[in-house]
Amino acid sequence: MKVHYCDALVIGGGLAGLRASVAAQKKGLNTIVLSLVPVKRSHSAAAQGGMQASLGNSKMSEGDNEDLHFADTVKGSDWGCDQKVARMFVHTAPKAIRELAAWGVPWTRVQEGARTAIINAKQTTITEDQDRHGLIMSRDFGGTKKWRTCYTADATGHTMLFSVANEALKHDVDVRDRKEAISLIHENNRCYGAIVRDLITGELEAYVSKGTCIATGGYGRLYKSTTNAVICEGIGAALALETGVATLGNMEAVQFHPTPIVPSGILLTEGCRGDGGLLRDVDGHRFMPDYEPEKKELASRDVVSRRMMEHIRNGKGVPSPYGDHLWLDISILGREHIEKNLRDVQEISQVFNGIDPAVEGEKGWMPVRPMQHYSMGGIRINPTGESQNMAGLFSCGESACWDLHGFNRLGGNSVSETVVAGMIIGNYFADFCANNDVEISTATISKKLEEQQTYLEGLVKGQGTENVFKIKERMQEIMDDKVGIFRDGKNLADAVEELKELLERSKKLKIASTKMHNNPELEEAYRVPKMLKLALCVAKGARERTESRGAHYREDFLKRDDENWLKRTLTSWKSDEDLEPTITYEDIDIKTMEMPPAFRGYGAKGMTIEHEDASVRQAEVDNLTKEMQAAGKDRHEIQEALMDFDLPMNYKQKNERVGD
Amino acid sequence: MSQANREITISILKYDPQDKTVEPRFVDYKLEETPGMTLFIALNSIRSNQDADLSYDFVCRAGICGSCGMVVNGKPVLACRTLTSTYPEGVITLLPMPAFELIKDLSVNTGKWMDEMSKRVESWIVTNEETDISKVEAKVEPKVAEEVFELDRCIECGLCLASCATKLMRPNFVGAVGLNRVARFQMDPHDQRTDEDFYELIGDDDGVFGCMSLLGCEDHCPKNLPLQNKIAYMRRKMVSVK
Ligand SMILES: Cc1cc2nc3c(=O)[nH]c(=O)nc-3n(C[C@H](O)[C@H](O)[C@H](O)COP(=O)(O)OP(=O)(O)OC[C@H]3O[C@@H](n4cnc5c(N)ncnc54)[C@H](O)[C@@H]3O)c2cc1C
Ligand code: SF4
Ligand code: FES
Repeated sequence: MKVHYCDALVIGGGLAGLRASVAAQKKGLNTIVLSLVPVKRSHSAAAQGGMQASLGNSKMSEGDNEDLHFADTVKGSDWGCDQKVARMFVHTAPKAIRELAAWGVPWTRVQEGARTAIINAKQTTITEDQDRHGLIMSRDFGGTKKWRTCYTADATGHTMLFSVANEALKHDVDVRDRKEAISLIHENNRCYGAIVRDLITGELEAYVSKGTCIATGGYGRLYKSTTNAVICEGIGAALALETGVATLGNMEAVQFHPTPIVPSGILLTEGCRGDGGLLRDVDGHRFMPDYEPEKKELASRDVVSRRMMEHIRNGKGVPSPYGDHLWLDISILGREHIEKNLRDVQEISQVFNGIDPAVEGEKGWMPVRPMQHYSMGGIRINPTGESQNMAGLFSCGESACWDLHGFNRLGGNSVSETVVAGMIIGNYFADFCANNDVEISTATISKKLEEQQTYLEGLVKGQGTENVFKIKERMQEIMDDKVGIFRDGKNLADAVEELKELLERSKKLKIASTKMHNNPELEEAYRVPKMLKLALCVAKGARERTESRGAHYREDFLKRDDENWLKRTLTSWKSDEDLEPTITYEDIDIKTMEMPPAFRGYGAKGMTIEHEDASVRQAEVDNLTKEMQAAGKDRHEIQEALMDFDLPMNYKQKNERVGD
Repeated sequence: MSQANREITISILKYDPQDKTVEPRFVDYKLEETPGMTLFIALNSIRSNQDADLSYDFVCRAGICGSCGMVVNGKPVLACRTLTSTYPEGVITLLPMPAFELIKDLSVNTGKWMDEMSKRVESWIVTNEETDISKVEAKVEPKVAEEVFELDRCIECGLCLASCATKLMRPNFVGAVGLNRVARFQMDPHDQRTDEDFYELIGDDDGVFGCMSLLGCEDHCPKNLPLQNKIAYMRRKMVSVK
C-alpha cells in the first residue's frame, strides 16, 4: 500500500489550486499539488480576455473602485451571489493583480498620448495622461461600468498560469502531474485526503493530509457544445458529492458564452466585442441594438446569448451544416489592432475555419453560436472556503460555489476569482492545516484504498453490454438539448428521467482492454458515472427552480422570483444506490445585503417578482448612507457599517490608486 | 455537404513500454474525413469507434495549452490544430515526439521534462525587493512589457526539442524552450539577475553554447517565437561575461 502524508493536499493545478498551494507552502506547510495534466496545461491557460481588478489607471477606467466592481458583480449575478464574498473578492482583486505583476505577468501597460479605439462602432480618440504611462492597462468587457479588465494581449490566462506555476516551483511546492483523485478519504464528517490513481502506471495511492483543497475547475464537458477543455469534467465536484456528506451549490447555474466559433466550440474572447466587434445576422444586419439599445453587444453574457438564440429562432440565423449561426465581425477594428491585440483570435479563425477576420466585409466574419462556457455551481463552501458540511475539505476556483457569481459570472471575474480565492481561501486552508492533525487510522485508509481497487478491477472485468463512449455522448446531447440556454419543465423532467436511465446503464459496462494501467476506456468508465451524477444535479436543480435568474432561463417561468427563489440550491448524494440527488435550499437573506435586489440595468424590465424585504432594506441602506455622509464619513466607513467583511493576511488594507 | 467525403488512413505507431509482451507496431485506421476535421477529431473518433485502447494527449484542443505535440508525416506539430485536409494523399502517419519519455502510443511525458527545465533555468522572477501589493504597481515601459510578453507566449509544447539535432546528441541540452525562458527573464525589469547569474545557468554546452543554429526549433514553433534571434542574443551576452 502506497501512502503519502502531507500537511496540505491541493487537488487541481490550475490558477486557483496553484495560488492556494503557494499560500500553504509559504506558511511552512508541506504541500502537494495533484493534477491530471502538467499544471501549465490546465484549462486556466485558455482564458484569453483578461482579469477584472478595479485599478482605475487608464482613461476609460478613471474613477473605478471596489464599490463599482462590487455593484457590477452583484447585478451580473442577478442577486444570486453572496454579497460578503463579492466584497472580499473586489477588495483583494487589485492586490492579486499587483502581486502577479511582481511575479512577472507582463500586463499590457498604459501608453501615454492619443490612440483611436472603436466604441459602439465609432472611431473614438482616447488620450492617456502622462502620469499613468506604464501602469497596468484595462479593456472593456461585458456587464461592467468601467473598463476594468486587465490583460496580456489575448493570452491572459496563459501568462498568469505560467507565472503562478513557476512561483509554485520556486517555493518548492511538490507538484505532481498525471495523478487523478478518484475518491476522498473521510470519516466522521472530516476529510483526510484522497485516493489517487497514477495515470501512467495505473497504481492507486493514498494521499493523506490534514486538509484537502479541491481546485479541479468546472464541469463544462457535461455538455456536447462547450468552450471548455476536454478535461473539464467536474470530477472534483463529483468526489465531494460522492462523500454523501458535502453539498454542491447551484449546479443548475451554467453559463453560455455568446461567441464560440462554429463548429469546434473554440472560444473567441469577449475582448472581441469589448474592443468594438459587432454581431451580425444572415442579412449582415447588426441586431443587438434592436434588443438591447443601451448595452448592445456588451450586455451581460446570459442576455447576449439569449438574444442571439432568439434572433436565430426568428429566422435570422445563417444556415450551415452544423446548424444555424450568426456572425462576429471584428474587421472594423482594423488589421493593426487585430494583429496586436486579438492575435490568438485571428489565429484560431484562420487555422480552424480558414477565415482571416481582418479582411473587411463578409469574408472576414466569423461564424459563432452560444455554447456552454462556465460553471457557476460547484462545491458549496463558506466564505473561508471550507465545505459547509465536511471539515477539512476546502475548495476554490471554478470547482467551488463560493458564491461570487450567483447565476451569472461577468467576463474577467473568473480568472480573477481563481487567484483571489487562491489567496484568501488558500490562507484559511493553510491555517486549518497548521492547526489540525490527521486523526484517521491506517486501517481506514487501507480499507478506502481496497474499495477503489476492487471497484476498478470490477470495471475491467465487467461482463455488461454497455459502451461507455455511447453513454457519455448521449448524456452530452441531453444536456445540450434539454438543459441548455432555454429551459422548460417538460424537457427538464425528460432530461432527469433519461439521465437516471443512463446512470443505471453505466453500471453495466463492457470494457475492451483489461489492462489496469493507461487504459483510456477504463478512465471513461469510472469518470462517466461521476459525470452523470453531476448532470443529474444540474438537470434536477433546473427542473425544480421555477423562475428565471441570470443564466438559468425558464421559458415557462420568465420572471426572476425573489419572493420564492432568493435561495441557493444544495444537492447531495445520500447513498450509492440513489439514482438522483437530494435537494435542499439555503436562503439568501436580503436583510444583511449591502445592495438589495433591483433591476439589473439590462435585459427586459418588469420581469421581477419582488420580495417584501427589498424595499425595506433599501430604505435602511439609503438612510444609513445619508446619515454617515452627512457626518463626513468616507465610502470605506459607510461600506463597513452596511456589511462588514473579513480577510486574512493584510488583505484588508486599502488599495492605493493613482487617482486618489 | 452531401458530397461524398473521402476516406483517409491514419497510421499510428502503437507501443506500451509497460507491456513488454507487445512490440512497437504500426496500426492503420481508416475513417471518413468530415469537413474541418482536425487530428483531435480524428483520433477521438478512432478511440470511440475503433480502438478504445489508443493513448494520446489533448487538453484545450485549440492550440493553446501545448499538450498535443506529435510527429505527423515526419514533422512535429500540434495535432489539435492540424487539419487532415492538409494531406492530399489522405495517408497520415503519426509518431510520438522523440526527445521525451514515451508513456504510451502518442503520449509522451513533456510535463516532467518542462518542470525539470523550469527548475534548472530558475524560470521565475528573482528579486530581493518586497512588493507592497496595497500600493500602486511599479511602472513598466509599455514596449518592454510587450517584448517580455512576446517571449512569454511559449507554451512549452516541446516541438522545438522534437526538431532539434543538438538535443539528439546532448540529452541534457535545455533547448530553445529553456534558452527562450532565460531571454524572457533577462528582459524583465522585475528580475534582478545579472548576466553573470544567467551565465551560471546556461553558460555551457548544455546551454547556450550547445546550439548549432540549425533552425529546426524556429521552423516548427507553433507560436512563431524568434528563437534563433534570441539564442544568438543570449550567446553574445554570455560570451561577454567570460
Ligand atoms: C476558452 C475559455 C476562455 C476563458 N476566458 C476567461 C477570461 O478571459 N477571463 C476570465 O476571468 N475567465 C475566463 N475563463 C474562465 C476561466 O479560465 C476559468 O474559470 C478558470 O481558469 C478556472 O481555473 P481553475 O483553477 O478553477 O481550474 P482549471 O484551470 O480548470 O484547473 C483545474 C485543475 O484541476 C486538475 N484536475 C481536475 N480533476 C482532477 C482530479 N480528479 N484529480 C487531480 N487533478 C484534477 C486539472 O488537471 C487542472 O490542473 C475562460 C474559460 C474558457 C473555457
Ligand atoms: S519555444 Fe515554441 S516550440 Fe518550443 S516549447 Fe515554446 S512554443 Fe513550443
Ligand atoms: S490540445 Fe492544447 S495545444 Fe493541442
